[in-house]
Amino acid sequence: MKYFRTHILISVDESTIRAGVKNFIASLRNHLDKYSLTDEIGILETGSIGFFGKGLCFVVYPENIIYANVTNEDLNEIVTEHFLKGRPVKRLIVEKPERTQYDFNYKKRIVLENSGIINPEDIEEYIGVGGYEAWEKALLEMKSDDIIEVVKESGLRGRGGAGFPTGLKWSFTAPIKAKQKLVVINADEGEPGTFKDRLIMEGDPHKLIEGIAIACYAVGATKAYIYIRGEYKLCIERLRKAIAQANEYGIIGKDIFGSKFCLEIDIKVGAGAYVCGEETALIESMEGNRGTPRSKPPFPGVKGAWQLPTVVNNVETIANIPSIIKNGADWYSAIGPYKSTGTKVYTVLGDVKMPGLTEVEMGTTLRTIINEYGGGMKDGKKFKAALVGGAAGVFLSDELINVNMDYESLKNYSAVLGSGAILVMNDDADIVDMLWSVIRFFRHESCGKCSPCTNGNELLFKLINDIRNGKGKEEDLNKLIQVSEVMVDTCFCALGQSLLMPIKSAIDNFKDDFLKRMN
Amino acid sequence: MTKLIKVSIDGLEVEVPDGTTILDAAKKAKKYIPTLCYHPDLKPTANCGLCVVEFENMDATKRACSTPAWEGMKVITNSNKLRKLRKSLLELILSNHDVACPTCDQNNKCELQDLANLFNVDDSIFPKILKKRPLDLDSFSIVRDSNKCISCGRCLIVCQEIQTVYALTEGGRGFDKVITTSFDKGMYDSPCVNCGQCTVYCPVGALREKNHKDFVWEALLDKSKYVVVQEAPAIRATLGEEFGMNPEEVTVGKMYAALHKLGFDRVFDTNFSADLTIMEEGTELITRIATGGTLPLITSCCPGWVSFMETYFPKRAENTSTCKSPQQMFGTLVKTYFAEKEKIDPANIVSVSIMPCTAKKFELARPEMKDSGYQDVDYVLTTREFIKMIKEAGIDFATLDEQKADNLMGAYTGAGTIFGATGGVMEAAIRTAYFVLVGKELDDLDIKAVRGMTGIKEATLTIPTKDFGEIKLNVVVAHGLSNARQVMEWVESGEKDYHFIEIMACPGGCVGGGGQPYGSSIADRARRGISLYKEDKDLPKRCSHQNPDVNKCYEDFLGKPNSEKAHKLLHTNYFERSKLNGEIIREITHKH
Repeated sequence: MKYFRTHILISVDESTIRAGVKNFIASLRNHLDKYSLTDEIGILETGSIGFFGKGLCFVVYPENIIYANVTNEDLNEIVTEHFLKGRPVKRLIVEKPERTQYDFNYKKRIVLENSGIINPEDIEEYIGVGGYEAWEKALLEMKSDDIIEVVKESGLRGRGGAGFPTGLKWSFTAPIKAKQKLVVINADEGEPGTFKDRLIMEGDPHKLIEGIAIACYAVGATKAYIYIRGEYKLCIERLRKAIAQANEYGIIGKDIFGSKFCLEIDIKVGAGAYVCGEETALIESMEGNRGTPRSKPPFPGVKGAWQLPTVVNNVETIANIPSIIKNGADWYSAIGPYKSTGTKVYTVLGDVKMPGLTEVEMGTTLRTIINEYGGGMKDGKKFKAALVGGAAGVFLSDELINVNMDYESLKNYSAVLGSGAILVMNDDADIVDMLWSVIRFFRHESCGKCSPCTNGNELLFKLINDIRNGKGKEEDLNKLIQVSEVMVDTCFCALGQSLLMPIKSAIDNFKDDFLKRMN
Repeated sequence: MTKLIKVSIDGLEVEVPDGTTILDAAKKAKKYIPTLCYHPDLKPTANCGLCVVEFENMDATKRACSTPAWEGMKVITNSNKLRKLRKSLLELILSNHDVACPTCDQNNKCELQDLANLFNVDDSIFPKILKKRPLDLDSFSIVRDSNKCISCGRCLIVCQEIQTVYALTEGGRGFDKVITTSFDKGMYDSPCVNCGQCTVYCPVGALREKNHKDFVWEALLDKSKYVVVQEAPAIRATLGEEFGMNPEEVTVGKMYAALHKLGFDRVFDTNFSADLTIMEEGTELITRIATGGTLPLITSCCPGWVSFMETYFPKRAENTSTCKSPQQMFGTLVKTYFAEKEKIDPANIVSVSIMPCTAKKFELARPEMKDSGYQDVDYVLTTREFIKMIKEAGIDFATLDEQKADNLMGAYTGAGTIFGATGGVMEAAIRTAYFVLVGKELDDLDIKAVRGMTGIKEATLTIPTKDFGEIKLNVVVAHGLSNARQVMEWVESGEKDYHFIEIMACPGGCVGGGGQPYGSSIADRARRGISLYKEDKDLPKRCSHQNPDVNKCYEDFLGKPNSEKAHKLLHTNYFERSKLNGEIIREITHKH
């Protein structure tokens, strides 16, 4: 192996690609070449290193110096000053308090543990950090029942929003006898303000592959699909590479590790409808039909895609599996509070200093997430509200800023963890506008299958639009709640049932904002 | 055997097989759960949400139509909460529905109207969100009014699963979702075969037939026109139920009386030309068997089937009988044979037919249907339109004195009347073919193997012919186009070997046609079929070759079955149609 005195870890993800990282790396190489540094300084293209909204950024090891907002014009200075003369360019370094969000609680990172550290396009790097050990252990040393038992004991719950215990889900499908069973990974990340799955897949695609392999073995599936939204171009590219590499290394494919177990993993690209995040709509879409939900029961675990037993899991859920198998259920269940074990990846957005992604222990308070991981409120403004859990989430006021972010605690306040999106709003924010855009989103994404959702969303939008335009009456607030309550009980799938939470919490907690529009 | 489970419906315990839906379990407990999108003949779409129920032992609401019952469940079918939900749902639906009840074709037969009325719904609670779309008037048979559509999805299941035509589909998403054709064109520019089953199952009048009633009135009231009418067999089996009479009885005499009262100049009967069809088609079958012609022979009475064949199985045109349908044979003869006999200028004749069918409206407009020198049939009234006409004229149908059809083209046999039920054409053809081949009548004229509501009915008949010894005839009857598709696939793959195939596009045959009263269920269709078989049994003559008017027509006018003149007037040819839009691609068989 080649020895480099210095490593540059550069974030290559969807956002930096848009900022021109490919071009930047080419010119970095040119500069290194010019000063004959190519043999001394290695460039490593990694997933997101945990910086958001800071343009192109990279980490220099062993100094552990982070450069952000770098442009091509700065390259000459960095190369000549830092790499040649050993004098870091101070003006471009990100100072201590604004360290990457990933650095916090470093030991508690599970799904993002390799993101920003290894080259996601190289299977050897993943193997080098202990990757596929869990898969080997599972396949060669464990029975499928043991794996399910470990996952059950770990307390892992689905990270897609509903929080269904993963081990339990698997245990429904495992005993079913069928000519083929399927595992489908829901990578149709459609919740507004959420991009955790994207960064997991971009930063560490092999972790997902490993998790899939273990899940398939546990439930007896020989075929897995990753249903991924079409916009995630880089994820698709990296997953395709990862699958090809894993096949090449005999990690998946036929007769894996001489165990006779065979597994094929394929990618299905979705067209981006929000409703296709609902597992049965996702299955319909996979089959090539209109993405509309199916009646349950039969549940997908019994009769799913092409009528085969199908386990549908979220990306983040599956990315937890390798660590659980490797370190054991006790290790995992010790993280986070009872009934909400492990870590959760949040996207903290809006009026905070450091919007971005962070993986923290379950049960961390909302205040901690906003203030420490989100860097606190931007421009010294006051916190007003947070929309927690995505568009289908809840508007929390400052009274609940100390709530523990886990399934059980949030349930007490009729709130949900959802996709882990936390949209923070300061005093300037208007909740009517926010609710308007939430409802507009749902109206746009309703699939049109059932009439309560189709008509309900249109009606809700008409009502909120009138309120927003100053044409509303106070009784319209009751109508908003009434319609969304009817939708909870009568809509066919979770999409239409979700609106009550944002609507009711917005009206209950921020009624003044609505009344202001009515004078 | 399926396991039985115990469930409690409003405290009443019932035992049902595992897998039974909550709705069916409630029916067993004689508990009413309101439904709108659900129809007992169709698999539930679960779109409307009206059938939600609560549970004593669980905090949830579930749709009764699509949720299987489970052991120990305690269902609550009605509560203040459920009533409120159902009412709000109806209010929501009405806010997106063109509430035009007085002018709506389905007024008083509308399932939404009934429910809105029962629940005292106030349609002004919510603001109107309806976005108007233009009517689709392109088709010869079917009018599509999206403004009334409540997206229940019944028409989709009928069109795609029961008929496998795929003319109707979903376009757009969410509030903009609309049930339409591919590419959002008119129904004419779709593979629609005009069967009209969508109109029968539509609960709200969003799909209906193209109206010919006004044209017929105009002709009737025009002194210069000579208006001749024919009625399909299924009509007489349906009218009774619509006028509060015993639905199991056929109402031939009253039907003739009503038609005379409406002012038709001549009241004939399609059953006459049904008998004529058997003479032509039976002869064709025998000729094909005797001369080694193309077999199997497939019936051609049903215009929905003919369009389906032209679209999806054009290679089977050579198997399809060249005979026109009874309606079109009749139309040609009215403007030739009848006009000649009565010395009436055919230009002044208006030929009307009363059909249980919407596809007949398309058939009459086919450009090749002009063998009389004029358009052979001018207007088609569906059963629904005919019923409206009777009501409009203020005729008290139930108390009418029975009358007879007029001479020349009014006589019929039992073979003609069973044309209205699935298997009827087959049975009628066998009766006459047997007579021709064997030289004597069948001992038992009831051929039960081809009767009834089973989708595909197969039989093998042994016929001791006088000319070629004993032959075995493999026959099959299919109704509903998904069954027809299945039979055609068997024929094309060579899996089955048939000699004669009867196909009707609509489940149940013509008694279940697309022009029959709204909401006609499979049970209604079965009952009407039985009524026709009962009429057949009671008639003095039960075989087509015994029909005196048909025999006279051959003697005086056509010569003999399959004569050159018969071929010219009573036979037709077929086209290949595009699966994309139903457009004619090429002529596939030619007229002799």
